[in-house]
Amino acid sequence: MYVLIAGGGKIGANLARSLLRAGQEVTLIEQRRDRFERLEDEFEHVVVHGDATELFVLERAGIQRPPSIVIAATGDDEDNIVICQLAREKYGVEKVIARVNDPRNQVHFDLLGVSPTVCATSSIMALIEHEVPEHGLVHLLELPKENVEIVEVQIPPDADCAGRSIERLTLPEGSRLISVKRDGHFEIADGATTLRAGDQVLAILPPGKEDELRKVLLAS
Amino acid sequence: MKAIVIGCGRVGSSVALELRREGWDVVAVDEKEEALSRLGESWDGGFVVGHGMDSSVLRRAGIEDADAVVVSTDGDNTNIVVGQVVQKRFGVECVVVRLLDPARAAFYAEQGMRTVCPTSNAIEVLTDAARTCAVPTPAKVPA
Repeated sequence: MYVLIAGGGKIGANLARSLLRAGQEVTLIEQRRDRFERLEDEFEHVVVHGDATELFVLERAGIQRPPSIVIAATGDDEDNIVICQLAREKYGVEKVIARVNDPRNQVHFDLLGVSPTVCATSSIMALIEHEVPEHGLVHLLELPKENVEIVEVQIPPDADCAGRSIERLTLPEGSRLISVKRDGHFEIADGATTLRAGDQVLAILPPGKEDELRKVLLAS
Repeated sequence: MKAIVIGCGRVGSSVALELRREGWDVVAVDEKEEALSRLGESWDGGFVVGHGMDSSVLRRAGIEDADAVVVSTDGDNTNIVVGQVVQKRFGVECVVVRLLDPARAAFYAEQGMRTVCPTSNAIEVLTDAARTCAVPTPAKVPA
């Protein structure tokens, strides 16, 4: 497997190290001269100096072969998007992985079809949420391509929705409550199911509707 | 007609001023507040401080009813991404993107983006000037 990595920071350099150790062929592109020199001492000819969004730099790094996969791991989100677009659209690279530095830019990666993406902040937030569901809503499954996710919500004491049947709630468009877990028992939810404080409810919804769902199930 | 100019540097500010002079409704956007001074004391168009990657900044600039958007920050890749976001998320049809790198400008033009590459223009003009020797010799400064 031939892997092209753009960005020789901690992520890029460690990926290169691991892949080389696993016997894969790697080229690493680094723009900063000081960093490039340090990497060159360790990786020798594997490192190419230059801006990985410049076509001639990518070509010098062998993108025309093309690589099995291109990893855009620079510290700049716009650069990572452009690297992935060039790799896929211009050079016919089939697989790309992009690093998202600022989670607020995730929407742009999604809009422009750059995927899969990896965002450290979002991953850590998801772990925090799972450990400490402070926001009242835990993500159990996310399928961004299918535009759907499954979340778990615990109905708080004094919630407005407690004591009401599901058919009387105004749920966000495209969402459904799937099941209710109460006193250790699990049942499939239907319109007639009445919610109670302490219920653990599973819901299926399109991404981005979490806040609306929170309002319906958590507000008091 | 309403135009938004993202990136109010030497190029962006001049585009904003020219369009305003022609009677357009113009809002300039720049990360730095100092960029406003490039528009001059008598600037009566809009000015929003913020980054073009931030959709809330674009909304504040009124992107939803813009007829034309000029993207001219000093970063080619920022311009490429912002240009696509403006076109795809906000559905603005007339989006013009300034790119300094001729190679990326050519590739994204093939992809349907309206790119303008001052570098290519300069190369053409300079080559042509050299070819025809049309560059006037500078007058000699007396010693």
